[in-house]
Amino acid sequence: MSEKLPPVLRESATFDRLTIQEIQRAAETGIYDIRGGGTKRKLPHFDDLLLLGASMSRYPLEGYREKCGTEVVLGTRFAKKPIHLKIPVTIAGMSFGALSANAKEALGRGASIAGTSTTTGDGGMTPEERGQSKHLVYQYLPSRYGMNPDDLRKADAIEVVLGQGAKPGGGGMLLGMKVTERVAGMRCLPIGVDQRSACRHPDWTGPDDLAIKIAEIREITDWEKPIYVKIGASRPYYDVKLAVKAGADVIVLDGMQGGTAATQEVFIEHVGIPILSAIPQAVQALQEMDMHRKVQLIVSGGIRTGADVAKAMALGADAVAIGTAALIALGDNHPRLDDELKKIGSAAGYYDDWQNGRDPAGITTQDPELSKRLDPVEGGRRLANYLRVLVLEAQTMARACGKSHLHNLDPEDLVALTVEAAAMARVPLAGTGWVPGQGTY
Amino acid sequence: MKTIDLSTAEVRELNQALHDQAKTLEEREWVVNNPAGKHNLAVGVNEALTIDIQGHAGYYCAGMNQKATVTVHGNVGVGVAENMMSGVVRVKGSASQAAGATAHGGLLVIEGDAGARCGISMKGVDIVVGGSIGHMSCFMGQAGRLVVCGDAGDALGDSLYETRIYVKGTVKSLGSDCIEKEMRAEHLEELKELLNRAGFAEDPASFKRYGSARQLYNFKVDNASAY
Repeated sequence: MSEKLPPVLRESATFDRLTIQEIQRAAETGIYDIRGGGTKRKLPHFDDLLLLGASMSRYPLEGYREKCGTEVVLGTRFAKKPIHLKIPVTIAGMSFGALSANAKEALGRGASIAGTSTTTGDGGMTPEERGQSKHLVYQYLPSRYGMNPDDLRKADAIEVVLGQGAKPGGGGMLLGMKVTERVAGMRCLPIGVDQRSACRHPDWTGPDDLAIKIAEIREITDWEKPIYVKIGASRPYYDVKLAVKAGADVIVLDGMQGGTAATQEVFIEHVGIPILSAIPQAVQALQEMDMHRKVQLIVSGGIRTGADVAKAMALGADAVAIGTAALIALGDNHPRLDDELKKIGSAAGYYDDWQNGRDPAGITTQDPELSKRLDPVEGGRRLANYLRVLVLEAQTMARACGKSHLHNLDPEDLVALTVEAAAMARVPLAGTGWVPGQGTY
Repeated sequence: MKTIDLSTAEVRELNQALHDQAKTLEEREWVVNNPAGKHNLAVGVNEALTIDIQGHAGYYCAGMNQKATVTVHGNVGVGVAENMMSGVVRVKGSASQAAGATAHGGLLVIEGDAGARCGISMKGVDIVVGGSIGHMSCFMGQAGRLVVCGDAGDALGDSLYETRIYVKGTVKSLGSDCIEKEMRAEHLEELKELLNRAGFAEDPASFKRYGSARQLYNFKVDNASAY
């Protein structure tokens, strides 16, 4: 007697439900999908590395008694006034426009409490941000929205932005619903336009020109400010070499996990390389120029925990930067917002429509009523707490590896869990001495 | 009058001396001799000084100028008066690419020709060119006025926002969303005032006006072919 088996529905690996939905959406609207945040696909990341705690061959430090330093000095190469930070975790560039004024103020407050820097974005410097940020990095972007020499002089460092990890080669975007009177005024744009930022700087085109441009900024600021160069990770070995040759004090390297306020989904998911694969290339470039630790390296793109901080620094970074994680610390995607997020087609833990200005957390919005929901003092407190945890976690692991400073972590403290991660990070596969691609099989 | 000779002094000394005037004004009139095409001359000045550069200058001459009147008795390289906020920059010769790029205010006068991308992303500056300008000029121009007494190259005013462009000669081609517009009385008056300030005796009625069609201000799928 035959028994009828229940039907089994088989989902295509090629045309999975998400892919089908995207084709249907494209057919319906005729335009690409735009969203915020970073890549959502699974990538080789710091989770694929492990730290080797000390035992017999290494000597650990006492977790609660022996010091593990965290301070970092940025801009020691040429600047008269390098930046001294207490912790090596900085806040990445995010614009007023993409974020509310309260969110920018909260970032400044939190960073200042924790002893680190925050960074402006495309659209200029707000008084709220400058006023609350002990160390403020002023971004110099292709659009030059809001760029003026008075703010340049007020900044503690200047970051020449060549690209960002979420979209190397792409310009910024701020959709009309967020281009309010104040945002438009700061950017010299009509209210409500879908603002397109240029992807190339308007007055220089290559590394030789960049050297003259950096010299100009140094001249304008009397050689006081450190000058960073920010690169979206794609060809970091060459880009870092050229940036150093052009005169950078600090390299900021942003991997493809780095977030954005608004970019095409296809761009976020398919352009650039993971930060894990970018750091060793950048460090190699610096070492070959005898500039490692002389030109400082800040890395970003998917930093979430103290383990990520420790692993990034073990690979050779001098500091890290956080963006998405900082917004989450402020209250982005908080479970208490779940009902409201469901009303706009999302849910807590999934929300990425940072481009449309309807963020119920009051962070990625210019709506005055929504913006009010974020208390900048409370937001700053939450961010400072989170930064403290990142540093405590990193110190815990560094001590276990026998390091008296986070900068003393090095690649020998790492192994990889996967062949891919071992090849990208250039550390051995766990339990072996094998580093794929490094001359052995 | 203070004279700085760049055959013996460094560019750093020049700029520091000019910057110091914003703190303690000691001398309003400055002359720079033997510039020899050096880059970054008189950048970041923030005082109502008069600066005469006696020769050719390199990149970013008078960059980010505030209040000063800078005259270059020669040609200039890339990005003259880039991001200028106020003041006057006059080039007696011709200018390379990106003249007046992203400048927010003030007046830039180029008595000769200007290269490609003149007035790129300009944000409020007035630029008057006695000769012709190169391709992609006024790309993404946001605000201010660009006056060209000669001809304009390809793709003038591509992706223009609110900059008003006046050209006397021929325009090789217009960029996306840039169109010829009616020259009304207020435009003739505005152009007359700009030409007077620049010191050019041209007839405003002989110019044509160009501006944004404002069709690309918001993303529409029907506009995809314009990009």
